[in-house]
Amino acid sequence: MVYADHAATTAVSDKALAAMLPYLKEQYGNPSGIYRLGRAARQALDQARETVAKAIGAQANEIYFTGGGSEADNWALKGAAELKKEKGRHIITTQIEHHALLNTAHYLEEQGFEVTYLPVDQLGRISLKAVENAIREDTILISVMTANNEIGTIQPIAEIGALAREKGILFHTDAVQAVGHIPVNVEEMQVDFLSLSGHKFGGPKGVGVLYVRKGVRLPALIQGGGQEKGIRGGTENVAGFVGMAAALEEAVSNLAENEAKVAALRERLVDGLLKIPFSALTGDPINRLPGIASFVFECVEGESMVMMLDAKGICASSGSACSSGSLDPSHVLMAIGLLHEVSHGSLRLSLGADNTEEDVDYILEQLPSVIARLREMSPLWEEKQKEVQ
Amino acid sequence: MMYSEKVMDHFSNPRNVGEIADANAVGQVGNAKCGDIMKIYMKIDENEVIEDVKFKTFGCGAAVATSSMATEMVKGKTVKEALALTNQAVAEALDGLPPVKMHCSVLAEEAVKAAIGDYYTRQGVDPEPIVGCNLDCEACHRTHE
Repeated sequence: MVYADHAATTAVSDKALAAMLPYLKEQYGNPSGIYRLGRAARQALDQARETVAKAIGAQANEIYFTGGGSEADNWALKGAAELKKEKGRHIITTQIEHHALLNTAHYLEEQGFEVTYLPVDQLGRISLKAVENAIREDTILISVMTANNEIGTIQPIAEIGALAREKGILFHTDAVQAVGHIPVNVEEMQVDFLSLSGHKFGGPKGVGVLYVRKGVRLPALIQGGGQEKGIRGGTENVAGFVGMAAALEEAVSNLAENEAKVAALRERLVDGLLKIPFSALTGDPINRLPGIASFVFECVEGESMVMMLDAKGICASSGSACSSGSLDPSHVLMAIGLLHEVSHGSLRLSLGADNTEEDVDYILEQLPSVIARLREMSPLWEEKQKEVQ
Repeated sequence: MMYSEKVMDHFSNPRNVGEIADANAVGQVGNAKCGDIMKIYMKIDENEVIEDVKFKTFGCGAAVATSSMATEMVKGKTVKEALALTNQAVAEALDGLPPVKMHCSVLAEEAVKAAIGDYYTRQGVDPEPIVGCNLDCEACHRTHE
C-alpha cells in the first residue's frame, strides 16, 4: 500500500506510541490524584505541555490541551467572540478555512456577529491589503489559517499578525496542517491563538492544542473539575497528550531534513503528473506545504479517481462534490476560481516522511492509466477530443 | 458513506462501456457543472427490442455503477419494458445506494428514457406521450448552484 493522504491523518510514530503506552496501563493515575500514581501522571502531563510549548515558541502556561484541532478552532472563535462582544461584533476570516472554522463562524453569525470572509487569489493567497481594508472599528478577531489543507498554500501569517497587533485586534491561526511540517513560532507569527492537532504529525487522533497568549482571558469551554486552569474541565487524556508531545518533539527535531525530503518527493510527483494532458497543479507552486501535491484533471471525476487508486493500493483524497457527500465541489477550489466542471476532477496526494521515491514512482506508474481509463469512459473527454481536433 | 459490494463490482468492472457506431438511439443527461453526465447508446431492432446498449459516464463511483447496472437491466428488453425501469429498481439491483448518491440512480433512469426518446424522435414519432416528457425538461439539464 502507498499511503498518500498524510493531510488527512498519519500513523502514530514509534516514539509516540512508546511514550504513550505506560500511561494507558501501569501509570494510569488521575493527574489530580495526590498520591504517587497521580503525581506521575501529572508530571507526564506537565512535561508534555513543556514539550509542546517549546516546539511552537510558547510558554507552558499558554498551552491548553483539547480534543483535537476542531475543538481548538471552536474554542478560539467562540471564546474570543464572547470575550470581546462588548467591544464589537465583527470578525474577519477567509473563504478557504477548514470547516471547523467556517462552520463556527456561521454559528457566530447566527448569534449576531458579523463575519467578513476574505477572498483569495488563484493561488489561494490572502492579501495583507485585503485584511487591512476589511478592518473596522468593531473588528474583534482575525482568523487566517497558516496553510491550507486542500491546496497547501501558506499564508503570510507574520505580516497579518503584525497588522492585527498594531490595530489591537485578537489574531487566531489554524495551524493544523503546518505544525510539525514547516517552522511555526507563535512569537514570530504574532498570534494570540493557534490551533494544532496531534494526528497530523504522528501523534494520536482526538488530541490537540489551543495556544492562548498569556494575558488573554479566554472563557471556559467546559465547566468541570478545574483541569486546564479551570477552563477545560474533564480528566486529561494523559496518554494522548504525552503521545502528541512526543510526536511533535520528533517532528520538530527532524523538521528541516524532512521538509526538504518530502518537498523533493512532492516535486518529483508534481513534475511527473503534470505530464498528463489537461492537468494542473492547484495552490501556490512555491509557498506551499512540503507534502501536499494537489491537482485537477479535466474530464474525470475525483471520487472515481480515488476509488480506482484504492483498487491499486494507493490512498488519496479528492475535494470533488461526490467525495464530500454534497453536490457542491470544495469551497477552497471555488475560492481559487476553478470552474465547477474542472473542480470535480480534483485529487490531493499528500506525502509524508515515511514515503519513498518508490512510492512516488508507483503513483506515477498507476495514476496516468487510471485517468486514461476514466477518460475513455467519459463523454466529456469525447467532446474534448473533438474540440482539440 | 459506504458502497455495497455490488456497487464496487459495477464500478471496478463496468458492463457495457463504450459507444455503438450505428446506434439508432442516443441519450445524454446531467451536466458537467454538477459533476455527472451519462450518455447511453442503443441499437433497437424492428421489434423494438434493445439489441445492444453501451454507456459513457463522467461521474462518481455510483454514477458509473448505476450506468452499468441500468444498461444490464435493459439489454435484450423491449423498449416498453425498458421504459418501466425505475431508479429504485436500479438502486435495489445494486443492493442499495447511500442516500446522497440516490440522484445517480435517477440519472440512470433518465438516461435510458432519453435514449428511447431519441429513438422515437428519429422515427418521426413524438416521444412525449410515450416517454412521459419532452426530453428537454430541467431533469436532463439539471443545475444546482
